[in-house]
Amino acid sequence: MLNRDRWREILEVLTTNWFRTVLTAFGVFWGILILIILLAAGKGLENGIRANFGSIATNTVFMWSQSTSMEYKGLPKGRRFNFKLEDVTAIRREVGNLRFVSPRNQLGGFNGANNVVRGIKTGAFNVYGDYPDIINQDPMSITSGRFINHLDIDEKRKVAIIGEGVRSSLYEMGEEVVGTYIKIQGVNFTVIGTYKKNSNNGNAEEAQKEIYVPFTSFAQAFNQGDNVGWMAITAKDGSSITQLKEQVFEVVRENRKIHPQDLRAIGHFDLYEEFSRVVSLFGAMRWIAYFVGILVLLSGVIGVSNIMLIVVKERTKEIGIRRALGEDPWSIRLQILMESVFLTIISGMAGISFGALVIYLINYVLDANGPVEMFANPSVSLGVVLIALLILIISGLLAGFIPAQSAIKVRPIEALRAE
Amino acid sequence: MGSNSLHVLKGINFSVEEGELVAIMGSSGSGKSTLLNILGMLDVLDEGSYTLDGVPIKNLNETKAAQYRNKFLGFVFQSFNLINYKSAMENVALPLYYQKVGRKERQEKALKYLEQVGLREWADHLPSELSGGQKQRVAIARAMAAEPKVLLADEPTGALDSTTSYEVMDLIQKINDAGNTILIVTHEPDIADMCKRIVHLKDGVIVEDKKITQVRASQYV
Repeated sequence: MLNRDRWREILEVLTTNWFRTVLTAFGVFWGILILIILLAAGKGLENGIRANFGSIATNTVFMWSQSTSMEYKGLPKGRRFNFKLEDVTAIRREVGNLRFVSPRNQLGGFNGANNVVRGIKTGAFNVYGDYPDIINQDPMSITSGRFINHLDIDEKRKVAIIGEGVRSSLYEMGEEVVGTYIKIQGVNFTVIGTYKKNSNNGNAEEAQKEIYVPFTSFAQAFNQGDNVGWMAITAKDGSSITQLKEQVFEVVRENRKIHPQDLRAIGHFDLYEEFSRVVSLFGAMRWIAYFVGILVLLSGVIGVSNIMLIVVKERTKEIGIRRALGEDPWSIRLQILMESVFLTIISGMAGISFGALVIYLINYVLDANGPVEMFANPSVSLGVVLIALLILIISGLLAGFIPAQSAIKVRPIEALRAE
Repeated sequence: MGSNSLHVLKGINFSVEEGELVAIMGSSGSGKSTLLNILGMLDVLDEGSYTLDGVPIKNLNETKAAQYRNKFLGFVFQSFNLINYKSAMENVALPLYYQKVGRKERQEKALKYLEQVGLREWADHLPSELSGGQKQRVAIARAMAAEPKVLLADEPTGALDSTTSYEVMDLIQKINDAGNTILIVTHEPDIADMCKRIVHLKDGVIVEDKKITQVRASQYV
């Protein structure tokens, strides 16, 4: 099927009229180029948005307490309540497939009053009481010292990890930070480390102005008892928190004596749901890219089909001779199909290569000029290239099908008469 | 391809023995080419029967017809019908290629037949680099390459001057001497005289079918 004679013939046919072949090839080239660039642009947007989500564990739900909206077990509605540490243990015990359950308490907040003092400098920062796990849910890079560990929790050490933003407002340039003391609402904490968060969306500035202290020390220092302000719960990879969160709420409702149908008592933010929504948008974008790309490619394919028809017409006599000499009609059909597929694949590969070059150049410019909001590292995977190749083969077959039929429909006697 | 049917051949009954060299003559429109096309399985007959080497030729689909043409028949055309982007050798090797003969064997055989028609040195030339007589000799070599039962020649000398025509006829006679059956359609009497039997067609019927004494073409060359 694929011997030397066939290849020679294919090349012979395609090179007899270079200009025509190149023009025809351009249609397919252009189609596949558009497809590749659209897919790469979609991927770039996706990468950009994913980077905006940062490295926050996206399979996470945040929950906090609100007031109850239904009476239950003799308790009135409109009751304020707090999560307790025992809820955390209960969740860990009763709900499977959870990776982290991190309770957190918080001081300060947006536009809060100055709450941290060091010497004569003061500042208003978010202060979190956290467990060591939180660094996996809301990742940060430790730039000096260390993060909270379990000994800190157990011994209720008054230690703090401060953000680079905090450091620049409370310290002189180049001043040693680790080992110094800061006063948070009148309580002294030893600074044991600094961190930097990598997110680059709107709250990037704010995210560097946080102070982390051990949950237990926080509770003791600021009179929280076993209250829990809110929780960050991350599911294991492979199970979605959106499905697991109801179980978590049930456990908490049971423990806090909240009516099982009271949906307003527990507030939550489901990062995974938000993330899935964005991810499905990427899916839609990919479909649009395929749709547009394939339509453009289709016009190229029609061009190939057209040219193949002309080639068949031109070679009618030759086909007649070959059939008179006893060539199997299938062999002729195969020949035409192979010419068409070959032309499509060659021009398509050129399109893919050129697309790769364009993507490379875009990446080069992006690298040289620093990151752009919502766009990063446009690329196509090997899988996409393979799909494109498959599309090319199928379209080549489609393009060659009608010409191949018309080639064998002519009876050899008529083909021989053609001049 | 009009829808009107036209009876071209109206009752032709003749048979050719192995080793014969038959000229089919007639003015244009007498049906001689149609007869040859039917014999060559390029055209189909509406009525009657055609038996080739004991095999009834009927109800052939294109694949089968192609196989039969390849195995049983060699064609020589007036306009040579060489494939112009293939060298002389490749043209000759073409029927063998369709028989799926291996590349090396194909080339050897093709060279052997080119040698027979005296064009071995021209094996790598394209048809455009050959003269009319040479082209027709390549075409004859090609027709012989598959070792067919019958060689069918449609005005083989029609596009050649008389000297070249005699050269080609000399070649055809030699091939016939080697025992091959050959049918030639021609309207040139001198060419017909170089055959061993002449069949005259007129308006689709045989008006004359006679055996003659062959005129050797070699005396003119």
